[in-house]
Parts: sequence; structure tokens; C-alpha cells
Amino acid sequence: MSEPLIEVTDLRYVYHSDTPQAVVALDGLSFSVEPGEYLGIVGGNGSGKSTLAKHLNALLLPASGTVRVGGLDTRDRAAIWEIRRRVGMIFQNPDNQLVATVVEEDVAFGPENLGLPPAMIRERVGEALAAVGMTEFRRRAPHLLSGGQKQRVAIAGILAMRPACLVLDEATTMLDPAGRAEVLETLAVLNRRDGVTIMLISHAMEDLADAGRIIAMDRGRIVLDGPAARVMARADEIPGGRLGAPQMAKLARWLREDGLRLPEGAHTVEALADAVAAAAGLGTQGDV
Amino acid sequence: MELTRYITVGQYLPRSSPLHNLDPRTKILATTALMVTLFLIPSFAGLGLLAAGLLALLALGQIPLGYALRGLRPIAVLLLLTVFLNTFFGGGDAGRTLFQAGPLVATEEGFRRALFVGLRFILLVTAATLLTFVTSPVELTDGLEWLLHPFRRVGVPAHELAMMMSIALRFIPTLLEETEKIMKAQMARGAEFGQGSILRRARAFVPVLVPLLISAFRRSEELALAMEARCYRGGEGRTRMKELRWRTADLVAGACVIAVSTVLVRLR
Ligand SMILES: Nc1ncnc2c1ncn2[C@@H]1O[C@H](COP(=O)(O)OP(=O)(O)O)[C@@H](O)[C@H]1O
Ligand SMILES: [Mg+2]
Repeated sequence: MSEPLIEVTDLRYVYHSDTPQAVVALDGLSFSVEPGEYLGIVGGNGSGKSTLAKHLNALLLPASGTVRVGGLDTRDRAAIWEIRRRVGMIFQNPDNQLVATVVEEDVAFGPENLGLPPAMIRERVGEALAAVGMTEFRRRAPHLLSGGQKQRVAIAGILAMRPACLVLDEATTMLDPAGRAEVLETLAVLNRRDGVTIMLISHAMEDLADAGRIIAMDRGRIVLDGPAARVMARADEIPGGRLGAPQMAKLARWLREDGLRLPEGAHTVEALADAVAAAAGLGTQGDV
Repeated sequence: MELTRYITVGQYLPRSSPLHNLDPRTKILATTALMVTLFLIPSFAGLGLLAAGLLALLALGQIPLGYALRGLRPIAVLLLLTVFLNTFFGGGDAGRTLFQAGPLVATEEGFRRALFVGLRFILLVTAATLLTFVTSPVELTDGLEWLLHPFRRVGVPAHELAMMMSIALRFIPTLLEETEKIMKAQMARGAEFGQGSILRRARAFVPVLVPLLISAFRRSEELALAMEARCYRGGEGRTRMKELRWRTADLVAGACVIAVSTVLVRLR
């Protein structure tokens, strides 16, 4: 197996340490991320998701433990810009991460910071906008776009730095359902078509339908880490609020409790319909 | 009450016109030259010609006239005050009396001056907004940074100043939208704006300004984080997608501005 893209070992972080207001935000986390994975991270408010995200590109440094990105330690000051290039971060509020008033100028901001030659920046901006399907908006003003479109521009701004991994911290939370679907679709395509590693952080399990693996967090610890279907099926065990499993996963569990023999992992409408049909002995194309 | 429609100052209108395509340094220098010229023009004829010139430039830059004029609305009060003061106090004792209102005497000379100053004011604001209509904040930043570069040796933080200006321009529409939202929310709770004495009106804005400031601070924190995450580390080692490059068009534009200014300043 290749070297993991991200390797987190015994990560601990305390806000305001050595004061009476000390908050242990991360309490001994270990996990690794392989290239090409689509990883979901779920957890209630204050469970430490954002603190973890900020450790992945050296916006925060561990109090103890290590974070390695492609073998580089985030505490190595000389490696910090390479780490930030490799792990691109997208935040919740699209308005607060767009720096320019023209879409293509915003996408160019990252490559400009990397000191690339103008011709190469132009090429990358074009590619990145095409990858998120925003090419026709390249001369528009971002503040006139919809929330989902703004967030796609923010993603393009990161892609233009050619990162190995995208970390999205609640990047869908402020969007309406259409915008949310638009962004999730973009991520799924980037992951499947271009092999971009995705780490999608959300407090809502619904957003993680495309994830292959899910890590559930609570109070700075990992409580579940495994294949998405398995974690979703056990969603009710995750403490910390309204983490309702996706409706299909919930429905599957009810049906299972009612005695229907269904396999785990059917959490889309089609998959569950097929599974129910199979369990009822109708063949896969039955009308359910 | 749609603030974003009223306040057009500093807004960039992406187009691809000859004006948009000029080097930002040319546009900054030309605008500065025109503004200085405005203060040196001695006659109405000169101001009239400059106004015609600005109208032609608006057309060349594909800026709708209505949009440009809307930019003047926020300064209407200031404009009226200027005209008023000059009409009654600007003429000295000389000149024929036009009319009298109590102790205030409007002289013909004062009225002429008022019109002159008012027109100059309008042209000044139009020239400045024209610059931002046809130059994106990023281009403005790059141009300004280049122009300020020689002053770095005496401690002027050229890159930082330019970056600050460009972010300020970027956040004007965002903060206007937010102000609107907060005002609507306060109105839903019974707040009344624009009624009662000046003191009451000012007080009504406190519940708008406080949340606006808090949110602006939060935004700036998040923006700083996002910029760092995108490898921003100051001006050192940064490159540009759009390189600054003097072209023939810039030469021609510069020559035109110099020629026009020279003529207008002498026109009686
Ligand atoms: N800047 C900060 N200062 C102090 N405490 C903080 C700060 N940011 C987060 N925390 C605390 O750290 C814990 C984890 O927060 P966070 O990582 O933001 O969680 P999440 O993103 O999952 O909601 C919470 O208890 C929160 O109150
Ligand atoms: Mg968070």
C-alpha cells in the first residue's frame, strides 16, 4: 500500500491551555487518509471537527501528537507552504473566503501566492473553473452568484493550487438544498473522475451519502471509524445532537427490526428499493 | 431601500471594452491627472468639454448612464449644501443681486460660482467612479502597488495598502447587503428609520451598527484564515495572472489626457 496522504497520531489540542478557561478540543485522535478516498467526518456542535480541520494544513499546530501530510510534519516551519498547497481548505461561508470581485481573479489568488508564472496561472484557472463547471462565469462578480455557485468558485480557487486533498469544513451548511446538492455533486465528480481525495466535514449525516468511509467524532475523540454504510447504520449511537441517519438508512433499519432481511449499506432510494424487492423475492426490478 | 442599488461607488462592472483593457496604471494616473485638471479649469466651457469627454468615456467603457448617475445620489446632500453655501456666501459683495431671503442675499456672481463648484464636484466623483467601474479591485491593487513601490524605501507598506484597498472594495457589496438585512430585521421588530429628530434617527442606527460591526470582525477573521489557507504570505514572491504591461493603447491614452488637460486649463 502507498504512503498515506494524511497521518494523524495521538493528536491533542487545548485552547487557552494553562488558563482556567482551558478547553480540550482534541483528545487523542489517530487515523490516516489514503489517496483517492472520500472521507466523511461527522459530529455534533463543538465535537472538535473544525479544530481537527485546521490541524490538517497547519493553521493550528498540535499540543501533542503529530500530523503528517505526505510525510511532512506540520510542525516543520519550512514545509508549511507545501502542506497548505497540498491540503486545500474550504470553509462554511463562501462570502468570507472570496478575495476578488471577479471569479477568475479569485481563482487565481492561490496560484499567484505560489509565485507561478502568469501563463501557468491562466491555464490552471481555466482548468479549475472547468472542473467545477463554472467556466461561463469566469468574468462575473462572485457576490451576484448563488450560494452553491460561490462555493464552487471557492473549490476552484483551491483546485488551481493542484492540491492532493480537499478539506471542506461545513462547506454545505449555509447553502439551500439546491446549492447543497450542487456542491455535493461537484465533489463526487472530482473524487471519481479526477481522483481528488475529499474530506467532507459536516454535522449532518445527509451530506455524507457519497462518502466511502465515515469518522464520527464526539468531545474531541473518534467514536466510530469505518465504511460509510456501517457508520450510518449505527448513527443513533453517535452522541451530540441531531445526527439523524439519512432517511433511507433509517427506513432500512426499521424494516430490519420488523424482520425483513436487508443487507447493510442500502442508503439511496434505488439501492433500498432493490434490496427490499430482493428480500421480498420480486427480483431487482420489482415495483416497490 | 435597496442599498446595493443606490451605492454604486467602487463597483466594478466586468466588460471587455477598450477602457477595461488599458493597463491599470494608465487609468490611475489618467484619473489623477483629470482630477487635478478639474481644479485648474477656469471656465464653464472647460468644465462642459470635460463633462462631454467623461460621457464619451462612459459610453466607451459600456457603462450605462443611469448606473453612473445613480452613483451621485449618496452625495446629493453634500452637493446641495455646496450649491446653497456658494449661492449666498460665495460671491462676496460684488455682482448684481438675484434675490433676497431675509438676511441672505443671493448674488449673480455667487450663483455662478455655486454652479461652477457643483459641476466640478459632480465631475470629480464621476471621474473617480469611472475608474472603479472599468478597473477591477485586483487590477487597481496591482497598479497602485507598482506606483507606490518607489516609496517603500521611506517605509510606505505598498503591498499592504493596496491589498487593504482591494479587500475593502470587495466587501462593500457584502456589507451593504448585510446592513439591509439587519435593518429589515429591526424594522420587523418595530424599529423606525428616518423618522423623528436627528438624535432619534441616529439612535435608531445603533441596533444596526452593533451587529454589523460584530459581523464585520468575524468576517475579517475568517477571511484572514481563508487567505492563509490559500498560501497568502504577503507580497513577497507573489506573481500575477495579469501582468502589468504598457501597450500602445496606454501611450495613446496618456497622450490624449495630457493634450486635453493642457487645452482645458487654458480655455477661457
Ligand atoms: N477559538 C477558540 N477558543 C476557545 N475555544 C474554542 C475555540 N474554537 C473552538 N473552541 C472549543 O473547542 C471545542 C471544539 O470546537 P470546534 O472544533 O469548533 O468544534 P466543531 O467544529 O465540531 O463544532 C468546542 O468546545 C469549542 O467551544
Ligand atoms: Mg465547526
